[in-house]
Amino acid sequence: MANVGYSKKVMEHFMNPRNVGVIENPDGYGKVGNPVCGDVMEIFIKVKDDIITDIKFRTFGCGSAIATSSMVTELAKGKHVDEAVKITRSDVANELDGLPAQKMHCSNLAADALHEAIKDYKNRKQKK
Amino acid sequence: MPRIYLDHASSMPVDNRVLEFAKPYLSSSHGNPSSLHSVGLEAKRAMEDARTKIADLIHAENESTIIFTGSATEANNLAVRGIGLRNIAQGKEVVVSAIEHMSVLNPMKELQKNGFSFTTVPVDSTGIVDLKKLETTLTKNTVLTSVMYANNEIGTIEPIRQISTIVHEKGMYLHVDAVAAAGRIPIDVQKDGIDLLTLSSNDLYGPQGAGALYVKPGVKLQSVLLGGGQERGLRSGTENVFAIAGMGEAARIAQQEMQQESSRLIPIRDKLIKEILKIDQSYLTGHPTQRLPHHASFRFSYIEGESILLNMDMYDIQVSTGSACSSKTLEPSHVLLAIGLKHEQAHGSMVLTLGRSTTMDDVQPVSKATYETVQRLRKLSPMSQEWRK
Repeated sequence: MANVGYSKKVMEHFMNPRNVGVIENPDGYGKVGNPVCGDVMEIFIKVKDDIITDIKFRTFGCGSAIATSSMVTELAKGKHVDEAVKITRSDVANELDGLPAQKMHCSNLAADALHEAIKDYKNRKQKK
Repeated sequence: MPRIYLDHASSMPVDNRVLEFAKPYLSSSHGNPSSLHSVGLEAKRAMEDARTKIADLIHAENESTIIFTGSATEANNLAVRGIGLRNIAQGKEVVVSAIEHMSVLNPMKELQKNGFSFTTVPVDSTGIVDLKKLETTLTKNTVLTSVMYANNEIGTIEPIRQISTIVHEKGMYLHVDAVAAAGRIPIDVQKDGIDLLTLSSNDLYGPQGAGALYVKPGVKLQSVLLGGGQERGLRSGTENVFAIAGMGEAARIAQQEMQQESSRLIPIRDKLIKEILKIDQSYLTGHPTQRLPHHASFRFSYIEGESILLNMDMYDIQVSTGSACSSKTLEPSHVLLAIGLKHEQAHGSMVLTLGRSTTMDDVQPVSKATYETVQRLRKLSPMSQEWRK
């Protein structure tokens, strides 16, 4: 039933997720999904001179939800926000050596959470 | 650490004794039971032997009540569609419990195309069918009611005798899906008052590829598979003699060892439940006592079942979940929703089904792995932080 056939890389990120946790007073925060669907992700970013210097996540969800969150934080860390905002869902899936077809939509929200966090950062910056 | 397989509800190994018994029907005794020559007759004898053993397991009137199919899904389809279509003149109402298997629910829904009305009877929070509601739902036009003997996801055993009394006072036939219960708890189709009953080979430690439908003498069905007229015309198609012979032997062993095996498993099950419920915000799903001897099922707040399954697999412990993420439909289990869980609660389920390989020594490593899994996933979860605040 549950054998969805994850890649080794997905399992590696699921078992050893990078950048787990919370950033107090983040420069940007994004949260997507809802518990009814079974996936909730939140991403915190710290930004200096438009460069993402630190990034953390927390995720409620299945194996691919956790692995994609971990991967997106790795991809975004150290990048300029204008570069990071270009990271797409399929970039994340490709970096993980693919996701099972049925997981491509429901559990691949990590890029969306990152985009929300960057949007939040830009909004805050404008208000300053 | 050695593998601890606790997903016997999904698939079970074939018992070695069964394998040895059935092997010849793949090679030397490979005949087609419909052939009149000696090789064919050997195969036919093997089938009749299996029929007798299966009839014994469920205390059927005689062996000719047993119809072999290719799977339990097929047996459920034959029961639902076969009774509905054959008795269309008697009434066009069918009734099911809310926790039936998809292979009962979907053919029931399909009957709506033939003008049938389809009603679901709710269950309480432990999974027991609401008998009052059943009574008021049934009418003289209810040709078929289907309630499972015990549920595969939450382990709850239904009060089948009471259900049978209610069904026969008002409606016509009672079909019981006994896939999860057969071989685990005693079944007596005559005393229980069952008209049709579904069995699965693989759930008795038999080979995959065989199922059976018990049909009470005098109950008439329409066949759903047309062809050469095997199995009294109810299931055409060359019989899978190997799987059927194996299913018969598996039924014989299950019957012989049931009492002993169940007294062995119940203390293991209860110890597992006791240990795992020590975890904060963990809950048993299903009935606390009216429960299959090999079944322990749980839910944990703030985490998701597929993650639990994958994480447990890292300890080489195989479990199951009713989470949406592990299903083909991406919907959480209808059984967990039927017992009143919210979607987010149903996502965090874990099902342990014990078997002949399970021992008391497994309890400690399984409880420990469960504790560590839940802790790790909760640390990752934004929802558990909200709860701690």
